[in-house]
Amino acid sequence: MPADFPTALVLNAVVAGLLLGGFYAAVSVGVSISFGMLDVVNIAHPAFVILGSYIAYLVNDRTGFDPIAASIVLSPLFFALGMLIYRIYYLCFEKRGQESLRGLAFFFGILFITEVALVLVFGVDYRMARSAYSDTTWRLGPVDFPMRLVVPFLVSIAMVIGVQLFLTHTFFGRAVLAVAQDALALRLMGVNTFRVKEFAFALSIATAGVAGAFLIVIQPVQPSIGREYIGLVFAVCVLGGMGSIWGTLAGAFVLGLAESFTSTFFGPSWAPAVSFGLLLATLAFKPAGLFGR
Amino acid sequence: MKCLAAWFSGALIALCLVAAPALAQQPLKIGFGMSLTGPLAGNGKAALISMQIWQEDVNAKGGILGRKVELVYYDDQTNPSTVPSIYSKLLDVDKVDLVVSGYGTNVIAPAMPIMMQRNMTFMGLFGLNVNSKFGYDRYFQIMPSGPEPAIGWTQGFFDTAMGLSPKPQTIALVGADAEYPALALQGAREQVKRSGLKVVYDKTYPPNTVDFSPILRAIQATNPDLVYVASYPPDSAGMIRTASEVGLKTRMFGGGMVGPQFAALKAQLGPLLNGLVNYESFVPEVADRFPSIEQFLAKYQARAAKEGVDVLGFYLPPFAYAMMEVLEQSIKAVGSLDQAKLADYMHKTEFTTYVGKVRFGANGEWAQPRMLAVQYHGIAGNDLDQWRKPGRVTVLTPAPYKTGSVMTPYQDSRK
Repeated sequence: MPADFPTALVLNAVVAGLLLGGFYAAVSVGVSISFGMLDVVNIAHPAFVILGSYIAYLVNDRTGFDPIAASIVLSPLFFALGMLIYRIYYLCFEKRGQESLRGLAFFFGILFITEVALVLVFGVDYRMARSAYSDTTWRLGPVDFPMRLVVPFLVSIAMVIGVQLFLTHTFFGRAVLAVAQDALALRLMGVNTFRVKEFAFALSIATAGVAGAFLIVIQPVQPSIGREYIGLVFAVCVLGGMGSIWGTLAGAFVLGLAESFTSTFFGPSWAPAVSFGLLLATLAFKPAGLFGR
Repeated sequence: MKCLAAWFSGALIALCLVAAPALAQQPLKIGFGMSLTGPLAGNGKAALISMQIWQEDVNAKGGILGRKVELVYYDDQTNPSTVPSIYSKLLDVDKVDLVVSGYGTNVIAPAMPIMMQRNMTFMGLFGLNVNSKFGYDRYFQIMPSGPEPAIGWTQGFFDTAMGLSPKPQTIALVGADAEYPALALQGAREQVKRSGLKVVYDKTYPPNTVDFSPILRAIQATNPDLVYVASYPPDSAGMIRTASEVGLKTRMFGGGMVGPQFAALKAQLGPLLNGLVNYESFVPEVADRFPSIEQFLAKYQARAAKEGVDVLGFYLPPFAYAMMEVLEQSIKAVGSLDQAKLADYMHKTEFTTYVGKVRFGANGEWAQPRMLAVQYHGIAGNDLDQWRKPGRVTVLTPAPYKTGSVMTPYQDSRK
């Protein structure tokens, strides 16, 4: 190992990259479902993440309940919200074949409306949720494990694996994959593809709600902070391979590790360039992404 | 014919008599953009509340030059690209009589070219070293960073550091890729040159950085005596939490972090702020030096609690009010809205405001720097009330405001 790359720094960079990747995976898995599988360009996904942050904050502030546990308990609400939004999107745009540009404008509108609603309800100040583990760090030799990143990482991995198992091991999940592959064929077999897509889109919004709780545990949040993640979530989704949940996880880890190593050894301002350089290189050699078919 | 001319003259005189009071009652419009959404909206909204309090106070006294004051403002979304169009609209469509800036360097700088084109006297609210590139003689700035703003801004941290025994030898500089941190780091680099320190780390990070542990570990690997950080609120919180998580070991940590001055981060970070050396513009420890500020804070805090913004209001709100006081006193003294006369008067005069005596130098900055370098200590829990009274902050510089000495090293002063 060269002197410039001491073991402790490398180990910590690996751990930090994986923990960050876990968070990125949670934020991106919903986009992988909506954009990758359903072909719904939900540009408002980060706004739902921020909405999840504020709901977790509200419960945490009023009851002291753990924000991540609260987000899991309240995920059916986000699921229902997702169903409602998809229903509007379907009736107004998809059904009429106007989903491409007008659908995009619709989700932009949702993004702005969500931000403004959050400003009106919560104000513009930064909010952060407190938890029993927020200020705790485990140390294993020279390696640090800050719990405010470890807990979101563990729950995120469980959520991503859960989504993958659901999609591959349940009848409804396989129907979602089938819609992603060939919606027309499914319709010809008599399947109500609207119901399948509605369910899958709702699932993607439910994951956004949980990811929002991760965010507000990790850093302070204000209503418009979601915009900063739009590029990132789509990059993870494309890097991993459109519609592949394992690909999303791998893409998130690749970007997390790239950011962590670049920040540690070459300077943090290079991190976005390296991450997006990796994305371009991957697409050049494997246009379908890491796990794309 | 004569009869007709007399009739017209009479009608004209009558019209003037009717219109004159109406014109006199036209409100005096003061326009500005303000960050009411976006990353710095918390600060922008707090500033707006202060300016509205000033407006109410002035109007209760009968206005200025016999005219009621009206504030005309638009949300700049904390987005510099919206600023030129906002000020064009204010001047061309809303026909405002005067303009002031929104909050912060990022939105003041893009307004400057328009102000210069229109020869407007322009008051800036907490812009760091904005006029260094423009050299505009009608620009004034209410933040007390002194005639060399970038230097004055960092002066407290470096004066404190160089007063340590033994003298520190090395420093790490880090900040966000944005206008304010870039200018603050520029000042810090100048201070480094003057004090003969060796820079062992000097890098910036993207504003959407989530995890700061790689940055602080890389800094720790260089083993610096001092760590100077120029950051915005979310990154300040990230840096402070991460410093605790990675167990940062250095003699002094902090410097130019925006965020710990505000109630939200004070409450959220609580004991994690212990040991941090940073800047403040007012703290209760030096309340005796600001005789009338409590009067303002009482009004502001009642309003801020309802609006859900900075409920302490120590940092920005008194200065936002003071900015308007300077404008008010100048207009009253000059007796008109002549921009050249106003600028001339502001250059020559010492103003008495809620934040004390204010005098501007040739470049429109405070003639003397007065930003407080402070160290937080003894903070227990996240209760905001502990910040309302003296005891949690030591003022390190400037000398007339000093209440104690810095505790080092950082890892010990955190306890």
